[in-house]
Amino acid sequence: MRWLLLKDLRILRRSPLLVGVLVAYPIVIAILIGLALSRAPERPRVAFVNEVASADTSFEIGGQRLDASRYADELFRSIDPVRVGSRAAAVELVRSGDVLGALIVPAAVTRRLQEAINLSGSGERPRLEVIYNIEDPLKAQAVESAIKARLGDANRALSGELTKLASRYLNVLLSGGRFSLLGQDFDVLGLQRSKGLLEQVAADLPPGSPAAAEIRRVAAFAQLAIENLDLSDEVLATVGEPIAVKRTVLKGASTPLEAFAVSVAVTISLMFVTILLGAGMLALEREEHAYGRLVRGLVSRVALLAEKVVLCAACAFAVTLAMLAGIGAFVDLDWGRAPLWMAALAAGALAFGALGVALGALAREVRAASLLAFGLALPIAFLALVPAGAVAATLQDVIGVVSALFPFRPALRAIDAAVNDAEPGITGALVHLGVLTVAYVAIARLALGRFA
Amino acid sequence: MVAGAPVLMARTLAHRDAGSLPGVSAPATEHAPALAARGLTKRFGRRVALRDVSLEVAPGEVVAVIGPNGAGKTTLLSILAGLQTPNAGAVSRPPREVGWVPQAPAVYGRLSVVENLELFARLEKIPDPGEAVARMLEQAGLVDRAGDELGTLSGGNRQRVNIAVGLLADPPVLLLDEPSASLDPAQRERLWAFLAALSGRGRAVVFSTHNVDEAHRHADRLIVLAAGEILFAGAPRELEELAPDDFEAAVVRFLEQRGR
Repeated sequence: MRWLLLKDLRILRRSPLLVGVLVAYPIVIAILIGLALSRAPERPRVAFVNEVASADTSFEIGGQRLDASRYADELFRSIDPVRVGSRAAAVELVRSGDVLGALIVPAAVTRRLQEAINLSGSGERPRLEVIYNIEDPLKAQAVESAIKARLGDANRALSGELTKLASRYLNVLLSGGRFSLLGQDFDVLGLQRSKGLLEQVAADLPPGSPAAAEIRRVAAFAQLAIENLDLSDEVLATVGEPIAVKRTVLKGASTPLEAFAVSVAVTISLMFVTILLGAGMLALEREEHAYGRLVRGLVSRVALLAEKVVLCAACAFAVTLAMLAGIGAFVDLDWGRAPLWMAALAAGALAFGALGVALGALAREVRAASLLAFGLALPIAFLALVPAGAVAATLQDVIGVVSALFPFRPALRAIDAAVNDAEPGITGALVHLGVLTVAYVAIARLALGRFA
Repeated sequence: MVAGAPVLMARTLAHRDAGSLPGVSAPATEHAPALAARGLTKRFGRRVALRDVSLEVAPGEVVAVIGPNGAGKTTLLSILAGLQTPNAGAVSRPPREVGWVPQAPAVYGRLSVVENLELFARLEKIPDPGEAVARMLEQAGLVDRAGDELGTLSGGNRQRVNIAVGLLADPPVLLLDEPSASLDPAQRERLWAFLAALSGRGRAVVFSTHNVDEAHRHADRLIVLAAGEILFAGAPRELEELAPDDFEAAVVRFLEQRGR
């Protein structure tokens, strides 16, 4: 096997273009995927027209003046606003494709908001206008989702203010005190003080007086109202946010997205180098007509397969270890875990190498083997990256089974566990990769039956 | 390699008497056969490619296997070389004792002539690979091209390397599958001179060819195969009587007489 390995390394050394492409291609793909995973999406550019005069941007709730621009800022967390002066200018920007959509705040929005709060005016709700193209459904959905989400935040913030105001009114009703409405100040007695006064009046009446009984009934009603209004804060909070969310993370997601992207990038590089090299180098033996000469007593078929697996695994191991070390210069990696990195990379490389030689044995020609390897590698990776719950349960099960049959998912788990100490650890993934290595070598050995 | 029980028997026989098999009628030679095969049958599904084929080749003898397309020539040589396993029958020598030269050069285009020879010498576990490589470079007339990559050589020179690899282990028998198919006339003449020299040194040579005249000129004995069966095994002159001035016509007439 040693001489065959040296022969293959010599052939690779004399094929610099092939080796260059084989190394550069997966690294470029890995970097692109890593960037796509680790970087938050760009905020969509949206034209923004504010028709509200600067003097009219505030409104009053319960004697407290609030600035509407504070709520507009909620919107700008998800979009990149391009401020324009008129609705027509905004429409033109959307038409030309310079912006994905336009958000228009009409002049009457704060007045209508104030009227809605004061329960006065025509009763028309304040509205914002959103304009966007639907030529690109993905972009349109992104803009719509971003604006809806941020409007939801603004509405929740306003709802919170209104809830506080209602709560204050109810407190005044309960305990008494002063408050302003429509520019007039009121002094309210309050239910608790009313009940006290009623009880005092009832006590001053002669015993057996019919009026005393009536007054005590009114005092009992006041007591009932006091007891129930005590709960008003909780009721109002529930109306403002009927369902609260408590987050509990049971498993997974222990890896930050950026660190996970490193694992994905390394696994993809490992996959491409090993599968392509394994498939190509085995098929090359047949294209060079040397296979028949080798297996007629010089090398056993299993030894030939093992040599190819070791060759491509060693090359991919070297490339991806260097890649990981290079990434370590920019990303904070725990170098103390380097032995685990090597174990994960080696196990993954052997499993991918075994898959590669199986493809080479099945395809039998270098070009067909390379095409098959390319065609299979990307879907395997994409399937393994489909997040749980993103698709229907049945499809998720199918994806789970398919992913378990190929080395990408266990290799990713092993590398993620080795690099990022991700759950559920590296052992299970290494065992899985070992089983796949044996299985794919067995498939390759069967396929060699029709290889010559 | 010929697998299973027949191989065990073949190996035993090879160690015992250099290649004869019991029950195979030997040609009129004074020496023990260099290679013998008995009752070879090969099926591909329901198609029978070889049917109960037996033969012996004497040391120094040059045997040509001819026949129409699909006759079973390549299948016969592949079984003799140990590339395919017969469904029945046995070969007297294990594959490592038989030199094999496939039709297409089975060497690596990205390696030089000497690197190819060294590689196969190491894989053959030849005790002194350097000496064997130097000897084959000399015999094949490739000393001047030793450092050239195979991919840069002409078809004739590649075929020389192909044959040299087959002879590295100094086997007593050399099998060649259509060795002259891709050569020009001058290269062909050099090939036949080279093989004649080998046979002169006691090597048995078995080759398949479509070129009947070439077989007539260079073979001591012909084996005519058709539909997987040996129809004729003997000296070329025995067929010449059918068409004394045109050997190809004589072979065609022979096949017609046998209904093939």
